Amino acid sequence: MNPLTILIASIFTHNIALVYILGMCPFIVISRNYKTAMGMGVAIIFVVTLTAAINWPIYWKLLVPMHSEILSFLIFIIVIAATVQLLEMIIEKFFPPLQSSFGIFLPLITVNCIVLAVCLFMVLRDYSFIQTLCYAFGTSCGWALAIILMAAIKEKLLLTADIPQGLRGPGITMIITGLMALAFMGFAGIITLQ
Amino acid sequence: MPKKQIKRSFKQTKWFKAMVMGMWQDHPTFCMVLGICSMLAITNRLDNALAMGIGVTFCTAFSSFFVSLFRDTIPSRVRMLAYMVIISTFVITVDRILKAYFPPISDAMGPYVGLIITNCILMGRAEAYAIKNGPWLSFLDGIGYGAGYTFMLILMALIREPIGFGTILGYRIMPGAWNNWVIMTIAPGAFFLLGVYLWIFRTIANKTE
Repeated sequence: MNPLTILIASIFTHNIALVYILGMCPFIVISRNYKTAMGMGVAIIFVVTLTAAINWPIYWKLLVPMHSEILSFLIFIIVIAATVQLLEMIIEKFFPPLQSSFGIFLPLITVNCIVLAVCLFMVLRDYSFIQTLCYAFGTSCGWALAIILMAAIKEKLLLTADIPQGLRGPGITMIITGLMALAFMGFAGIITLQ
Repeated sequence: MPKKQIKRSFKQTKWFKAMVMGMWQDHPTFCMVLGICSMLAITNRLDNALAMGIGVTFCTAFSSFFVSLFRDTIPSRVRMLAYMVIISTFVITVDRILKAYFPPISDAMGPYVGLIITNCILMGRAEAYAIKNGPWLSFLDGIGYGAGYTFMLILMALIREPIGFGTILGYRIMPGAWNNWVIMTIAPGAFFLLGVYLWIFRTIANKTE
């Protein structure tokens, strides 16, 4: 399949947050503030693309020839955790100005489902290396888009809306996310992806 | 000792408390909104929800047990990595068992079995409870939280499956004239339903406080 098709599909028609419902915990917790959401989105785009690019050769060039696909979960998660840790150290050491806007989100990313999900989907769908890169980049852009939209809506909501006591916080977030998911279904006709 | 007193003293033990905490007072979904990714994606059929619930309970209980067993030897700087390794070992076990004995369920759940690793409940329990308490207490704590989570999964699937497919566990229960609401089987329906559940439970919790 054309890598460009995969890129567009994974941002809009197969948005990982709104269609596959992944990465929800940070989606709810961090989407209170527009700026923070932006920082988290950029961090995710960077980490997801990087880990997918590392995990693809490890799976296809190392685990498959050795017939040890059973270990894939373990290897993937170790690679993700190690990459994140390494990035954190590099940023702390060489780019201190980035630390406050970008570095603080890194520890949270290890437990973000979408980093692992991208690695699992790439194996499940037999993507080539280029396809994997496009898929990882598109998916994380899609997630970033969703969380930024969400944060913008929530900031507006705080100022204007009168929400019932029990629905405040995560409750109303779920309802808004549902509406956003419905809106994103409108993109479904553009591309069909297996 | 009269029967009632035994019952009460049993309720006072820390064993009982460790187990019940996660089922109601500190419920993973309603109080902390954790681990909802896989919950929303999986609950459009009851059998998937049951498999997921049992898998998560198994993984939480055993990973808490082993984290707690090794809590004195895990250096605190790399503890996250240690949790991950322990958790993913049990997730691989669950994945293999599902693949071997329940292939249709394994196919339907796809990558979501592997994603139990990043379910915040497991990590949260390891960090908040198992690292400070004994192995058996942590085991019970894991079972309690797993049970609370399973209960929520079943609650979601019990509404989504009949409305979305007209069935429960594959048996048709809705009348013949029923039109399936496709929206309940996909993402938006899941978001709306969880939103409504959160609303109901939080209102009840606010009233009782």
